Amino acid sequence: MRPSSILTLLAAATLVAACGKKPAPEQPAPQPTPSAQDAPPPPPPPARNDDAERRAREAAAAAAKLRTDLADLIHFDFDKADVRTSDQGILDRKAAILGANTAVRLRIAGHCDERGSDEYNLALGNRRAASAKRYLTGKGVDEGRLDVVSYGKERPLDQGHSEDAWAKNRRDEFEITAGADNLMAPK
Amino acid sequence: MRRLLSTGVAACAALTLARTVAAQDTTRVPEGVRVGINYTPGAQPGLVVIPGPGIDSIRAIVARDLDYSDRFKIIPVADPGGGTAPGPINYGLYKALGADFAVELLDEGGKVTARMHDVARSVLANQQTATLPPPSDANFRLAVHVLSDEVVRWATGTPGIAATRILYVQNGRIWQMDGDGYAARALTPDGQTSLSPAWSPDGRRMAFTKLVEGRGGVFLQTLATGEVSQLPGTETGLNITPMFAPDGQHVVYARSDEKGTDIYVATLGDRTPQRLTAGRFADNLSPTYSPDGRRLAFISTRAGPPQLYTMGADGTEQELFAPFDFGVTGPSYAPEWSPDGSSVVFHREVSGTPQIFVLTVAGRKLRQISSTGRNEDATWAPDGRHLCFVSDRTGARQLWVIDAETGRNRQLSTPGWARLPAWSRRLAGAAVVPNP
Repeated sequence: MRPSSILTLLAAATLVAACGKKPAPEQPAPQPTPSAQDAPPPPPPPARNDDAERRAREAAAAAAKLRTDLADLIHFDFDKADVRTSDQGILDRKAAILGANTAVRLRIAGHCDERGSDEYNLALGNRRAASAKRYLTGKGVDEGRLDVVSYGKERPLDQGHSEDAWAKNRRDEFEITAGADNLMAPK
Repeated sequence: MRRLLSTGVAACAALTLARTVAAQDTTRVPEGVRVGINYTPGAQPGLVVIPGPGIDSIRAIVARDLDYSDRFKIIPVADPGGGTAPGPINYGLYKALGADFAVELLDEGGKVTARMHDVARSVLANQQTATLPPPSDANFRLAVHVLSDEVVRWATGTPGIAATRILYVQNGRIWQMDGDGYAARALTPDGQTSLSPAWSPDGRRMAFTKLVEGRGGVFLQTLATGEVSQLPGTETGLNITPMFAPDGQHVVYARSDEKGTDIYVATLGDRTPQRLTAGRFADNLSPTYSPDGRRLAFISTRAGPPQLYTMGADGTEQELFAPFDFGVTGPSYAPEWSPDGSSVVFHREVSGTPQIFVLTVAGRKLRQISSTGRNEDATWAPDGRHLCFVSDRTGARQLWVIDAETGRNRQLSTPGWARLPAWSRRLAGAAVVPNP
């Protein structure tokens, strides 16, 4: 399994977990948006037929996939804030979902590896988040729907000191802050 | 008066720096050239702290302060013990041990008298009596430090640096400790992420950044009362690396928005900060004032990697400050202008590891003063020769102090990972009552 798919799954797991409980203090978890869509599927009423049950399951899975795609991380080269060509597809997918769901708002959080000063990394993380925002607004997303924040190197995903750990930590996280009820798949 | 004093200190420190031999990162203290009792920068006169009855804790603090001043060769003397009353000073003994100065501390019931004896001439040279607050008082140690600094001034013409405090960050909280590394106390609440503490010039307040969910405001806190207020203009966005101007009336800081990070200056009491840099999609941060308040040094990514630049306090005349070779020299961070104005300390990566460098303002020469482990975020003591910085040379990131003249290092012990130290100017010695 590629590291990025592991990350995708991790991000999805975090997202799903965060919907049901209070976010852990150290995790920049999405704000809970309590609604029927976010809650686990209710037990089917006895009268329901199998077909309706299946359709509900499929709809829930599709919505979860859309949320996962919105939350999918992008990564950066050392001391760089440019969106990698290889990560453009991830942002294109987000732009499409945002286009089909105009109530959705995202908070983009830039993160850095441990190299460089604490303070410089806050500025670098800001540039990384701003860079993803510029890419998305370039694809037609209204800039008012995208917030930019930075955690510098204060919240590493991987506490290690290797190039692998650093590569994982140089990232943008995307958090849905509003409008994720009834997510529609882009056409 | 304050200005006159600081000018004198500056002149003295400049002389010290001029005489400085290339300081290396070593705990070995080079033997000073002995030239009798006349203090010469670079030489270390011998000093004994005379044992005596009572006030052992005060004597221990003063002895450590004098040692940490790095101005003396401290000569140990055996304590005869028994709590005997002070007798005549045994000048012959101290002379034989190589001492130029003998410091005597006398307990006078709530007051302490410090006496400095000129050993060569066998006379009492100076004395001062201090009324100390009770040991439970938060300023007790500071009052003792003020006395220590006076002893250093008697011997060298320049006060010591004991009556100072260091702000630093540990587990997201801002702490203070005395300049000798003792009496640590948290200043901000647990459960927050505060960074980048900076002293007001009068030592009464600090500025810092409080991070909340990826954004940050600049806050000002009065140390005596704990009262906190937010700097107007920093309510939104990410506002980092605050620093007071020497006049105490302005705070300069860096503000991040979607076009990068720029340096702003706010006049206290005024609601509209003024932007000093216009780096489109570049970062400009970590501003630090020259002691005359006329210039700033700062970090900028305008040419690619973060490097050290300078500009006028109004944002004009922006130029490269510390030379670098593009693609060769490592990135540079966290400058702080020295109290005497002659130098700027910062850290720069050498083969991927941060090390402390001092840039001489006149001539723009660079000197590397650390080499063991990762060393970063240095801050000047008021004497312009000691620096506190973060080092992981023992494994954990701890605060260390180096005397840039002798190269002597010492660790300030903190229980956890300490970072972002800020050393105060000399703090007022109101607790000391001079002799009439």
